[in-house]
Amino acid sequence: MDFNDTPEEAAFRKEVRTWLDANATRKSEDKQSFRARNDDPELLAKAKAWQAKKAAAGYARITWPKEYGGRGGSPILQVIYQQEESNYLVPLGFFDIGLGMCIPTMMAYATPEQLKRYVKPALHGEEVWCQLFSEPAAGSDVAGIRTRAERDGDGWVINGQKVWTSGAHYCDYGIIITRTDPSVPKHQGLTMFFLSMKTPGVEVRPIKQMSGGANFNEVFFTDVRVPDSQRLGKVGEGWKAALTTLMNERLAVGMPSGGLDVDELMELARDTELEDGPAIRNQQVRSRIADWYVQQQGLKLTRYRTLTALSKGQTPGPESSIIKIVAAPKMQDMGAFAMELMGPAGIMKEEVPHAAGFQAQWIGGAGFRIAGGTDEILRNIVAERVLGLPADVRVDKDVPFNKMGTKG
Amino acid sequence: MNFDFSDDQKLLKEQVRKFLADKCPTKVVRRVLDGDETHADEVWKGLIELGVPGTAIPEEYGGLGLSPLELCVVAEEIGRAAAPVPFDSSVVLATEALKLAGSDGQKKKWLPALAAGRATGTLAIAEGPQPPKPRTTRTLFGGGRLNGKKLPVVDGEVASFAIVLANTGGQGERAVSLVLVDLAQAAVARKRVETIDPARKHAELTFKDATAELLGAEGEGWRTLERLYDAAAVYFAFAQVGGAEAAMWMARDYALQRQAFGRPIGSYQAIKHKLADCYVKLELARSNAYYGAMMLTDGGADLPLAAAAARIAATDAYDFAAKENIQTHGGIGFTWEADTQFHYRRARVMALALGGPMAWKDKLVSRLEQKNAA
Repeated sequence: MDFNDTPEEAAFRKEVRTWLDANATRKSEDKQSFRARNDDPELLAKAKAWQAKKAAAGYARITWPKEYGGRGGSPILQVIYQQEESNYLVPLGFFDIGLGMCIPTMMAYATPEQLKRYVKPALHGEEVWCQLFSEPAAGSDVAGIRTRAERDGDGWVINGQKVWTSGAHYCDYGIIITRTDPSVPKHQGLTMFFLSMKTPGVEVRPIKQMSGGANFNEVFFTDVRVPDSQRLGKVGEGWKAALTTLMNERLAVGMPSGGLDVDELMELARDTELEDGPAIRNQQVRSRIADWYVQQQGLKLTRYRTLTALSKGQTPGPESSIIKIVAAPKMQDMGAFAMELMGPAGIMKEEVPHAAGFQAQWIGGAGFRIAGGTDEILRNIVAERVLGLPADVRVDKDVPFNKMGTKG
Repeated sequence: MNFDFSDDQKLLKEQVRKFLADKCPTKVVRRVLDGDETHADEVWKGLIELGVPGTAIPEEYGGLGLSPLELCVVAEEIGRAAAPVPFDSSVVLATEALKLAGSDGQKKKWLPALAAGRATGTLAIAEGPQPPKPRTTRTLFGGGRLNGKKLPVVDGEVASFAIVLANTGGQGERAVSLVLVDLAQAAVARKRVETIDPARKHAELTFKDATAELLGAEGEGWRTLERLYDAAAVYFAFAQVGGAEAAMWMARDYALQRQAFGRPIGSYQAIKHKLADCYVKLELARSNAYYGAMMLTDGGADLPLAAAAARIAATDAYDFAAKENIQTHGGIGFTWEADTQFHYRRARVMALALGGPMAWKDKLVSRLEQKNAA
């Protein structure tokens, strides 16, 4: 057992490092990272420029086939690139959904001409894509969407509303799942399209989140006309297409990086004086620190197991399905505990070192437990796919959508 | 990145697993639990034939000379089967203690016998109530004579020798030393003690002027014990991971089969999420255990921290899976006939044997502080 690269991996890492050194600035020792804030227009411009540079050098999508601008490389090389890139001050996060979810769905269903038109600009950061799936009444149960697409001549007319659409306010294109036949059970009446976000009738309204940021949007569709040529997959087979997209989501959402962790919590516990001495000497505090350290290590090492499988060219086991289940509540709980250590001042944004960082984790953790599969949905997935337990009872499974009782 | 066991190691694991599935099904565990046997001797003999006791004993002392990684995969299978054999006592604790602190003469005398299965050993630390500590250790060693009482001692009835923590008169931590005592002498009395897990028999050992000798230097007992426990924590973690996995699948199988309110109970989220949590804890434990194994094999500086993390995660995973296995079974899971009790009992025995989670969490943070200060 070792954590070493194979000779091929080591050579690639060296190549990547040389390229990054020549093209980007290495992060300094402090953990102040250049976190993508999607609502800063200047950052988007910088991110597009960085993406273009990466794509020109062949690092933008290492696992994609060469014909699409990739390198036909193994997933482990993609991971190595990302590991190295995370040490540099570069703006990231704008293209994950487009390149991780939308374009792969296009590759599965679009025509060669369409791929010729859309893949390259997406890869080079010229056009940004979003995913229009969730709706106010369809979150975890995303097949319950109501946005309609109705036939009209050689095209379709879309009416309805999407929500939680990351980046819709700066995106150029999107893939959308619609209901084309309400007279059949919900999974059967869906059809997928792609469209320009500039199409008349598309209106984007940012949602201000609890964290203060505004990465998400509501998107309204009023008589939006889409030609039939922009349909992805067959009519009524939108669910199948959506699964292609969603399969990639949990990988795209991934792990929040650069957050405060056990090291900073220990620092805080050393600097905090309780009645009977420094907090780090308190057994309750030590017990919590130990639990989170075990989780932090467990997550890191579990990723190493997954990487090992990738490195050996094997399909990783199901172990990575635990990552978000552990990481999200840990982020929330550790943030709350750190604030408690600070005493009443824990509510203030300044004064105490790391206060803002831990508060951000406490707030952000609440969202992270929901995004890209809630804690509950992820437990269902582990129970069903790993342990082979039965799927939840779906009382609406065979009921035509327009006969379903719940209209909430 | 190569954070996995090799194909050969997986093959060994599969071999031990098959052997135990065949020769040590739950009815064997039940036989020992219900009966008077000290252990399942036919299973132990089979394991000796497979070479298990000598796995990590160097070839010069008659062992197979394999690495800790091989012993880790074996431990996982012993744990999965909840096998009633002197593995933790002899193959892990006594063997590792000899390897860590034994003189060449002591190793020559005992390691080949352990490897060949002619002898077994055990570790005798506790003296009844109160967690063991240097200043409260009353068993005395001096002038080659050992006096005192140790309990509970796992496999104390059958072990050929014991490694005993004894007071040798120094100050503070240096008050205690490890002492090797041959148990086949009239000055040693052995008596079975009742415990929560009759499938692993424990004994009280009384020494009255028993002939004994130091294992390692005088006054080094506590420090050696700490190092021994780090190694043992890793092997125990693998056994706990194996046990946790067995308990989880037992619960899952029952949840698929048992119907309530017109459908399998495994289709209810209260059960599904509980079992998903078993899996989450199991994988955290497995990953931490792997790192412990890697540090143990490399002699890595990170071993104390890795061992503590492995110990905490594995104890949590096994305790949780064992108790939720009973809960998933409902009333039938609480009967003497049910197999659920084996893991519930074993999980607690293993949790307490090297010191419980509270002690290890404190130890982990101390080690983290040392590492950060370095």
